[in-house]
This record gives sequence, C-alpha cells and structure tokens, in this order.
Amino acid sequence: MSMLTVSGVETFYGAIQALHGVDIHVEEGEIVTLIGANGAGKSTLLMTICGSPQARTGSIVFESEDITALPTHQIMRKGISQSPEGRRIFPRMTVLENLKMGAAFSEPANFDTDLEQVYTLFPRLKERAEQRGGTLSGGEQQMLAIGRALMSRPRLLLLDEPSLGIAPMLVRQIFTAIKQINVQQGVTILLVEQNAYHALRLAHRGYVLVNGTIQMTGAGKDLLARPEIRAAYLEGGAT
Amino acid sequence: MAPIDYPQQAKESLLAGIVALALTVPMMGLRTTSGQDGMVIDIRMGDAALTTLGVAVGHFVISLIRQALQQRSPKETKTEKSARLKSVAIWIGWASFAFALTLPVTLNLTENLGLHDKTRYYLDIGILVLTYVMLGWGLNIVVGLAGLLDLGYVAFYAVGAYSYALIAAHFGWSYWVCLPLAGLFAAFFGVILGFPVLRLRGDYLAIVTLGFGEIVRVVLLNWYQFTGGPDGLSRIPRPDFFGLPFKRSSSEGETFHQFFGLDYSSIHRIIFLYYLIFILALITNAFTLRIRKLPVGRAWEALREDEIACRSLGLNPTNTKLTAFAIGAMFGGFAGAFFATRQGFISPESFTFIESAVILAIVVLGGMGSQIGVVIAAAVLIGGTEMFRGLEEFRMLAFGMAMVAIMVWKPRGLLANREPTVKLHGDKEAKP
Ligand SMILES: Nc1ncnc2c1ncn2[C@@H]1O[C@H](COP(=O)(O)OP(=O)(O)OP(=O)(O)O)[C@@H](O)[C@H]1O
Ligand SMILES: [Mg+2]
Repeated sequence: MSMLTVSGVETFYGAIQALHGVDIHVEEGEIVTLIGANGAGKSTLLMTICGSPQARTGSIVFESEDITALPTHQIMRKGISQSPEGRRIFPRMTVLENLKMGAAFSEPANFDTDLEQVYTLFPRLKERAEQRGGTLSGGEQQMLAIGRALMSRPRLLLLDEPSLGIAPMLVRQIFTAIKQINVQQGVTILLVEQNAYHALRLAHRGYVLVNGTIQMTGAGKDLLARPEIRAAYLEGGAT
Repeated sequence: MAPIDYPQQAKESLLAGIVALALTVPMMGLRTTSGQDGMVIDIRMGDAALTTLGVAVGHFVISLIRQALQQRSPKETKTEKSARLKSVAIWIGWASFAFALTLPVTLNLTENLGLHDKTRYYLDIGILVLTYVMLGWGLNIVVGLAGLLDLGYVAFYAVGAYSYALIAAHFGWSYWVCLPLAGLFAAFFGVILGFPVLRLRGDYLAIVTLGFGEIVRVVLLNWYQFTGGPDGLSRIPRPDFFGLPFKRSSSEGETFHQFFGLDYSSIHRIIFLYYLIFILALITNAFTLRIRKLPVGRAWEALREDEIACRSLGLNPTNTKLTAFAIGAMFGGFAGAFFATRQGFISPESFTFIESAVILAIVVLGGMGSQIGVVIAAAVLIGGTEMFRGLEEFRMLAFGMAMVAIMVWKPRGLLANREPTVKLHGDKEAKP
C-alpha cells in the first residue's frame, strides 16, 4: 500500500480543466519529483492533494484514508504538510512566529525539539529568529517556508518549487537540506521542480507532467538520461 | 548622543514661567469690568496662575520632545527605529494610564483650589473617551488583529445596550449579572452574523457588515413592542456600588454615601461610572495583549497576512475568523451595556452608521493593531470634538482634516509598529 495514491484525478478552475486524469503514487520514505513546463498543472496537482481546489473526479488516498473530499484544514492535520508556491510566509511576523504558526496543531511539548531540528537544518533561521519574515532574502524565505512546514512533524512533505528565484549556491544548500529531511527525519517528499537536473538527481522517482497528464515516469537517474527529457527540460545544460 | 540635561531644561522652563507670570498678572489677573458704579477691577489670579503653570509645563514637555527628536541619529536602522517607537509607545501608554487613573482626583483637587468648576463636565468627556477607547480596542481585535473590515460594529454595541436594558428592566437583576449577559448576547450575535458573512473577503465583507449594522438598527426602530421603536427604552436601572445605590436616600437600606459616611453628592455616581468604564477598558486591553500571545491570537494575525498559507498549515479560517468576530462583538456588547446604564435611556438614534465609522476611524488612525494608537486617536477624535462643541458646524470639517493630515503624514496610522509576540528564549543556545 502506497503512502499516497492519486488516481484518475481531474481538476477544474471554473470551466477550465487543469488536470486530465492524473495517476501518481508515493511510497513511504521516497523522494518523488514532479517536473513539467510552466502551466503544466504541477502546482494544481499539489493543491488538489491538499483539497484546494478539490478534485472533480478521481480519488486521493493518504495512508489508506480517502481524503479527496475533505476540507483543506483537515487534510493538513493528518500528517501532510506543504511549502506552497511562492513561499507564502507571514511577512509582518518574525521568523520565530512563523515557525510557531507551523506548529499550531502539534503537541506543544515537542516545540523546542522541533525548533532545534529546524535550526540545525537551517542555521541561518536561528540567526534571524527575531527578524520579520518579509525582510528576509528570497533564499531565507524559502528556508523559512520549508522550516515552517516541518514544524508540524509531517510524514509527507509537499514542496512547490523550492529553488525558484534562488542563486545556484543556495539552491545546492536547499537541495541538501531536502535530502537530509528525507534521510535523517524519515519524511516522505513530493517535490515539484522546474530545476529538473537537481530534482531528478535527488529523487528516487520522477513524473513528467504535460498539459495536465502524466507523460513519463521512471527512476530519477533514468529520466535524467533520456534524450527527450534533456531536450525539453535541461536545455542550456545542467546548472 | 548627549543625554538630556534635565536641570538645565527645568531652569529654562522656570524662566519661561516667570516671563509668563509677569505678563499674565497684569493682562489676565486684573481685568476691568463695568460694574454698577463705573469700572471695577476684577481680580482673577487663578487664571493667571493656571496659564503660567501651563506655559512652564508646556515649555518643559516641548523642549524634551524636541531634544528627543534631535537625538535621533540621521542614519537610524529599522530595528533602532522600531525599538525607539516601542519605548515611546510604552511611555505614552503608562503616562495615559496614570493620567486616566488620577483624573477624578486631579479634577477634584483643582476644583477645590478654585481653578475651574467643571469637574462633572470633564469627567463626562473622560467617560465618553474611555467608552470609545474600549470600543476601539474591541474593534481592533476584529480589524487590527484579524484583518476583517467590519463596518457594522455598532450593531454589537446596540445589541449589548438593548440586552442590558431589557434584561435589567424585565428581571430586575443587578448590573453585575446583566453586564456579562449583555456581552454574551452580543458575542452570540457576532457568531450568528459572522457565520454567513465571514466566507466573504475584503470589500464584500465590509459591505455586508455595513448592511447588517443597518439591519439591526432598522429592526430596533420597527419592533415597537419589544424595543420601544424610535421612542427607545428609558428608565434603565442605574448601576450600584456592589449593592449600595447612588441615591440621596433609599427605602431599601443604606446608600453609597451613608455607608461610607460621606455627604451626598451626585458626582459620586459619575466617578463610579468613570472607574467602571476605565476598568472595563483595561480588561479589554489586558485580554487583547494576552490573546495575541496565544495560538488563537497569532492565528488571527496570520490569517490577516495570508489566508492560503494559514489553510495549508491546518487552520480553519472560518472558525478562526468567527472567534475574532465573536470576541470583538462581546467587548462591543460590554461597552453597550455600560452606555445604556450611564445614559439611562437608549434609542436607535445612538447606533447609526456614523458611530461605526468613528470607531473604525479610531482604529485605523491609531495604526491598525496598536493599542496605544487607539487611545491617542480616541482622545483626539472624541475628546477633541467634544471640547470644541461650540464650533458645532466645523466639527466634521476638523474631523476630516485631521484624518487627511494623518493619512498624509502617517499613512499607516499613528503607531503602526507591530510587536512580536514571542521572543527568543534567552540562554537556550547554551544547551547542547
Ligand atoms: N486559480 C486559477 N484559476 C484559473 N486557472 C488557473 C488557476 N491556477 C492555475 N490555473 C491554470 O491551470 C493551469 C495549470 O497551472 P499550474 O499553476 O498548476 O501550473 P504549474 O505547472 O504549477 O506551472 P508553473 O511551473 O509556472 O508554476 C494553467 O493553465 C493555469 O493558468
Ligand atoms: Mg506552479
């Protein structure tokens, strides 16, 4: 039994159909990446898993429970956590307050341990604990978004383009952190990325989404080796 | 940065006072008036003394402020600025607290010294300002913290006032029972009104709450048997001092002045009302400061910043907003109950849209979410317009100009500096 199974999911924005029957599954302990061009529906798929918008047809099963029709706030308390597209940290609140918000529904007794874990992963956040979220650099904001998502002790972490708009140096750092979250904390990860090279190298498996349907799937290294992937998503060489 | 030289400042202010004295004694202290047999000299040294005192103290305060402003280094960083603003805000907060706490005593003393004869009038203004401070703080929970633009806050004020009046009149329960009930009723109303409308956002929410405010007023106006319609409700029971009524004499036992062995004076009741609203307002403030540090308060602020992010953190936006709405409504209800008992008479006329607008203006001008900003804004808007009642027709003009001025120079409100609710826990770093 997979940890997460998405089958035959179709999602609409009003009359516009964004997902045309998507099937993916994520096994416990994996890093799975979802790559695809702009507008392919990657963010839509992540948001559909979170129930906002809800899938019109198909089903989403997380840990043997059908969550397709649950409201977002209930889904997010079941052990799924998300760092949404565009980070969406709370700009007027401090780093520490942002992290507290992430832990809003977890055991208060765990807070100090979890905070320490996030600080170990991103020491920069500790230095900036009292700084307002909106004044952080883009990279720091991304760290905060991931850190905030980790504060609820998720078993499945959904990351939407963590490398967006971040300098190559920092991208490497973020991807290292993702690997650590997976290996050391045992968190399963579903990662949406434009940066196909890094993502496919990191992930156990990958899916390629084109116009709302899965076009290709396979082990990360295999996908990376395919010429059509290289042509479509890795033009200009590896970064 | 040189420290402020207080003795030097005091000396200069004293000098200014002496100059003022020299000028005011002949010019204000001795006034000629035409009496029955020609001109008489009217000696009014009280005025002169008061003016002199005003000049000296004013000089001192202004020069301190000027020095404090000069001390500000030109290249102040953001953190430095917010730290300075914070200390200024705390200072203003304690100063206003001390001022408000001692106001009745100060007024009484100065009246006994013959400096003025309007204790009652000033206390009434004080009560009015404090009522609006409380309303502002209540609405601040909804608008400032949770970011829900509520244009119909006066509805809860009205519900509180009418529930108090009706409960107290029908059941004859004491003020201390009716007050919490009125608050609960208002909170209940907040939930009922909030449930359908809180799904709306921004402008839509504002328009619908505006509508609800008017609906409540129209219902009060037309439900004649129950609310007395446009005639309103009169003979609302006055509060007593824990069972001791404020009356010259009572057939049912001792009165306040008899119990404390004082001479009867109608001012006792006013002073009591003053401290009652003072305490109610302080409770509102303490509650807000406390709840901001609790998860639900932090959730309100987070919701104002980013609703989608909140939802993805497992927050139920509707419930969170509903609590803010209900709690804000509850404090509006308390203030309404106070208003009813103070006036002894209420009618729908007291609960028009302009009231909502004034309360909202207090919150917005104060700098959304700032507790002390609300105090300053209420003092300026309510106290100011009340003081200049003589210039009736210019009040709205001055009101508007004050708002424009604030929006030009302080577009984010007087004190728009959000305080973090959690601090780094000091020496935890030492631990492995
Ligand atoms: N809220 C919305 N309302 C209407 N259409 C939307 C909405 N959000 C996304 N879409 C549309 O759905 C399609 C898929 O969008 P989505 O954001 O999922 O793409 P994406 O793969 O995440 O792209 P990117 O890499 O640029 O983030 C696009 O055509 C987009 O225009
Ligand atoms: Mg996207």
